[in-house]
Amino acid sequence: MIRFTLNGEPLEIEADPDKPLLWVLRDDLGLTGAKYGCGQALCGACTVHVDGQPTRSCQTAVGDVAGKAVVTIEGVRGEVAQAVQKSWIKLDVPQCGYCQSGQVMAAIALLSAKKKPSDAEIDDAMSGNLCRCATYRRIRAAVHEASRLLGG
Amino acid sequence: MLNLSALGALADSTLSRRRFILGATAAGASLVVGYSVAAEGSGQPNPFVAYVQIDPDNKVTVFSAHMDMGQGIYQGVATLAQEELDADWSKIHVVGASGNPKFYGNLAMGGKVQMTGGSTGTASSWRRYRVAGATAKAMLIAAAARKWGRTPDDIVGENGVLRSKRSSATATYGEMAALAAQEPVPAPVALKEPKDWKYIGAKNLPRLDSPAKSTGRQLYTIDVRLPNMLTAVMIHPPLFGATMKSFDAAKAKTMKGVVDVVATPRGVAVVATGMWEAMKARDAVIVEWDESKAEKRGSAAMLTAYRALADKDGEAVAARRGDVDAALGKAAKVIEARYEFPYLAHAALEPLNAVAWMNPQGVLEVWGGHQAPDLYQAAAAQVAGITPDKVKLHVMKTGGSFGRRATPDADVIVEAVATAKALGWRAPIRLQWTREDDMRGGRYRPAYVHKIVAGLDADGRIVALRDTIVGQSIAKGTPFEAGLVKDGVDRLSVEGMANQPYAIPNFRVDLTTTDMDVPVLWWRSVGSTHTAYVLETFIDELAHAAGRDPVTFRLDMLADKPRHAAVLKLAAEKAGWSNPPAPGKFRGVALAESFGSYVAEAVEISLDKSGAPKVERVVCAVDCGVAVNPDMVGAQMEGGIGFGLGAIVKSRITLDDGKVRQGNFDTYKVLRLNEMPEVEVHIVKSAEDPKGVGEPGVPPVGPALANALFQATGKRMRVLPFDQTST
Ligand code: FES
Ligand code: FES
Repeated sequence: MIRFTLNGEPLEIEADPDKPLLWVLRDDLGLTGAKYGCGQALCGACTVHVDGQPTRSCQTAVGDVAGKAVVTIEGVRGEVAQAVQKSWIKLDVPQCGYCQSGQVMAAIALLSAKKKPSDAEIDDAMSGNLCRCATYRRIRAAVHEASRLLGG
Repeated sequence: MLNLSALGALADSTLSRRRFILGATAAGASLVVGYSVAAEGSGQPNPFVAYVQIDPDNKVTVFSAHMDMGQGIYQGVATLAQEELDADWSKIHVVGASGNPKFYGNLAMGGKVQMTGGSTGTASSWRRYRVAGATAKAMLIAAAARKWGRTPDDIVGENGVLRSKRSSATATYGEMAALAAQEPVPAPVALKEPKDWKYIGAKNLPRLDSPAKSTGRQLYTIDVRLPNMLTAVMIHPPLFGATMKSFDAAKAKTMKGVVDVVATPRGVAVVATGMWEAMKARDAVIVEWDESKAEKRGSAAMLTAYRALADKDGEAVAARRGDVDAALGKAAKVIEARYEFPYLAHAALEPLNAVAWMNPQGVLEVWGGHQAPDLYQAAAAQVAGITPDKVKLHVMKTGGSFGRRATPDADVIVEAVATAKALGWRAPIRLQWTREDDMRGGRYRPAYVHKIVAGLDADGRIVALRDTIVGQSIAKGTPFEAGLVKDGVDRLSVEGMANQPYAIPNFRVDLTTTDMDVPVLWWRSVGSTHTAYVLETFIDELAHAAGRDPVTFRLDMLADKPRHAAVLKLAAEKAGWSNPPAPGKFRGVALAESFGSYVAEAVEISLDKSGAPKVERVVCAVDCGVAVNPDMVGAQMEGGIGFGLGAIVKSRITLDDGKVRQGNFDTYKVLRLNEMPEVEVHIVKSAEDPKGVGEPGVPPVGPALANALFQATGKRMRVLPFDQTST
């Protein structure tokens, strides 16, 4: 039995502790917001928050989140999340959209830690999240826009 | 590999469907013009809807003939229908359609087969969806006029509401929909004048799917959930052309969650309760392959052979005017160069997948990124052993594609259906490729070698140019061969070069088509991925040799090509070309027409301490005819620029003795956020019918960057990618 909180709710699941969190979320719990893109922590499509930290769920064993707080894009709430998603929609960031759950989660984590990130800080925080549609310019602009909404 | 006689199967399925549709027409459904309404009260949507459906609650559904892989064609067709219909934009949604080539055939490709590709979605939809919207609107107005005892010219419809100008009557489109369905279908309908457009060309029309895609709610094929669904992963042959002899799954079958391990025409499928269980069990299956007919050549040997071929005349001539050899003999200066291009993977972020389910009614339902639905319907039917009318496709939005989901042999569809069938149709099957499967699964942009030679006269004018292209044909051996290969020339191998725009009196393009058994495919901007690179860097080299400015050098050869010239001038002007770049900055420019759209890009770079280029800024000028959604034209140019830059600088697929070396994004490198330049897009105002934007942003960026790099370093980049150090 593995216990953790998922999107604010306590959860108890029967799972092989080695099973990647991504597949527990997607296949066992039906939460499909986090995406599979590489399975090797190389693309960021599967990014969720574990205790507030942006985390690649494809390379995180579910056993390792025992006792921790997992938040997926389905459950992410609060002022920063709102500002990020509002900015994403305002600037029409997504093209195919497949990377964007991960991008949004990475941006929320960044702006939660740093209200007014510089371009270099955005580079550091977001360059691990691939976008094959290359929406990068708008991602950067939307992070700045969200920062502005947050009074950064 | 499955031998799919797709065209034959297609012809049959088209016939049977046509009878089906005519039957429905005779029964009084108004689908002929592509307009239908859910029968009020019954709650049952009319199964014969074609383009636009208006429900009693005022919801409007637009059925798109083209699938959306991120390029935004759903927004495009919605905009076109909306321009005439003027519904409540917040109530519009778009779904992918399939199953009726009569309705959904690609009008920019002859209209017979439904297909998304070649940046044709907007051109194919341009008239069709406006007519559908106008027809629906006329029927709504006619119904309102009849009900309220007014004349049609007294009725206006805006924002989803009908009202009488001289009485107080109002109704929503939804409230009037059932009555409208009984009105005669007006034909023809008049379309609005461009000066009256409200939505076409609007800069601030919100993209319909941004909210879902920004909140994780957008569903893709990987997200399809069906009761009792199982997940399958494939074990593909280790070499292209190898086939399965036998397999031993005894150990795998004892593993937790594993349901079965079955043979398919394309490899072994491991079926389990979930993706992780299937992936783990896959490692435990032992497969014996027959590699006797497999491709075992590596990239190095292939390139050596290609170089030798490029030194000779091509086996076919793709373009010829004047006498190149004579003119070269008399030229004051002759310049020659060889270029080499690697295989490239599409590497869309959603690895290939499909879901297949034989439902209790005996209809095979297949979910996927169906770029070529008629072909896939025929393929699925053939694998399942049923007639195509018993196959229902669900067209999903996909996490990219860049051409990869328009596959002549319907690869992943065949695998999903064959697996479901091998399990006796007892469960829906989600067939999911891993990233490594996707990277190693073939269907690459072919590798090419070009040998190009040109002569300048004493005044520095190009008197002759000859290019010899060596590489695989994309169309050969596919259902598309008849349409694309003529006299030994696959148009896709030479496009962008054979039809190059510059006035060069003596010109010739040769082609030698090679026989590597590595599956290849169209990759965002297809032939122009390499032809534009060769042409535009070589023209730059010739301009330099002639001591000319690269912009005016080109313009002098574009007197008869006003649209080419206009975008080049615009990009140069916006990039500040007439002033020298700031110290430490270097510029290059390139121009390409592809898919009927004209794009020029000026790239500005700096060099870091190690001498590596940093792309600072790209100024793009595009003429795509009418820009239906200007912001999405901008998005596609930005995306094309980023996609193209990554490939030119660092992507390649290489083979060792036939084995693909790269497997994931650590070895197949693509552009990342910190490498994305500033991009500025300028759209030429045009009254021409719209053409595509999904691909045309790609071709100019590579050569423009290479030309900037020459300014910085004096080096010509002729072997791609620039970074030859990574795997
Ligand atoms: S799927 Fe986890 S980083 Fe790519
Ligand atoms: S929007 Fe398509 S991968 Fe990022």
